Amino acid sequence: MLFFSFFKTLTNQTVTIELKNDIRIRGILKSVDQYLNIKLDDVEVLDLDKYPHLSSVKNMFIRGSVVRYVMLPRSEVDVGLLEDATRREAANQAGKAR
Amino acid sequence: MERLSLNESPANAQRNPQQQPQQQQFQQQNSLGPAGQMPTSGPPQLPPQMFTTAAQLLDLTDKKLVLVLRDGRKLVGVLRSWDQFANLVLQDTVERIYAGKLYADVPRGIFLVRGENVLLLGEVDLDREDEIPSTVTKAPFEEVFELKKQEDNKRKSGDKKRHTELSALGFEPEHSGEILF
Repeated sequence: MLFFSFFKTLTNQTVTIELKNDIRIRGILKSVDQYLNIKLDDVEVLDLDKYPHLSSVKNMFIRGSVVRYVMLPRSEVDVGLLEDATRREAANQAGKAR
Repeated sequence: MERLSLNESPANAQRNPQQQPQQQQFQQQNSLGPAGQMPTSGPPQLPPQMFTTAAQLLDLTDKKLVLVLRDGRKLVGVLRSWDQFANLVLQDTVERIYAGKLYADVPRGIFLVRGENVLLLGEVDLDREDEIPSTVTKAPFEEVFELKKQEDNKRKSGDKKRHTELSALGFEPEHSGEILF
């Protein structure tokens, strides 16, 4: 659930998403759900000439399972906080496994 | 789920107002914690029910959408129904086939798509839907279909060759062999 919460803190930021089929889409992150499905507003497809079917699309629902990368604005990520949260999560998981 | 309003305030807003300051402080400290609380700082808070598959698809219901499937098919139709797995029902669907600089439309009717095959769903901007990029032109279906078949075969043999070479070197094929277009 850590990354779900993390992405929730990034709503209304501009992110670039690269899909597993190499399409890169930039847009405003509107929403994310438990499967990390992503909803983007005001989308802009980079290299649109290769993907003409996306030319008149204004917002998008992307299934989490096809996302390869999400590129985030550096200024919006509190790396220290994220590191702490990751360790806490890992400790929790280790506790559960025992 | 469908009965929830997206504009409803978060659950904790209904609690005793005297407890709220404490509550918010607690949430701030735990904003990235495993409990999955939302941060109270920054932009206005969205209610938690915004963050479900159902809420994401709710806005797209009865809209004209482009659906891209895992096998590379592009379908244009009106979203009529869906569930939490992103299983979808599309009405008045048209399959749009692209090959090289050509495209063709094939009327298909109603589609029920299993969620796992969905790559993405895009809402068509009705003001811009007729602006077809100058790089593609409409052509008869047979012509486009033939060209697409050739392209697919070429890509398939290329992929196969790459996979054999990669696995000879001890690499797993990308997306563990799953084909995505």
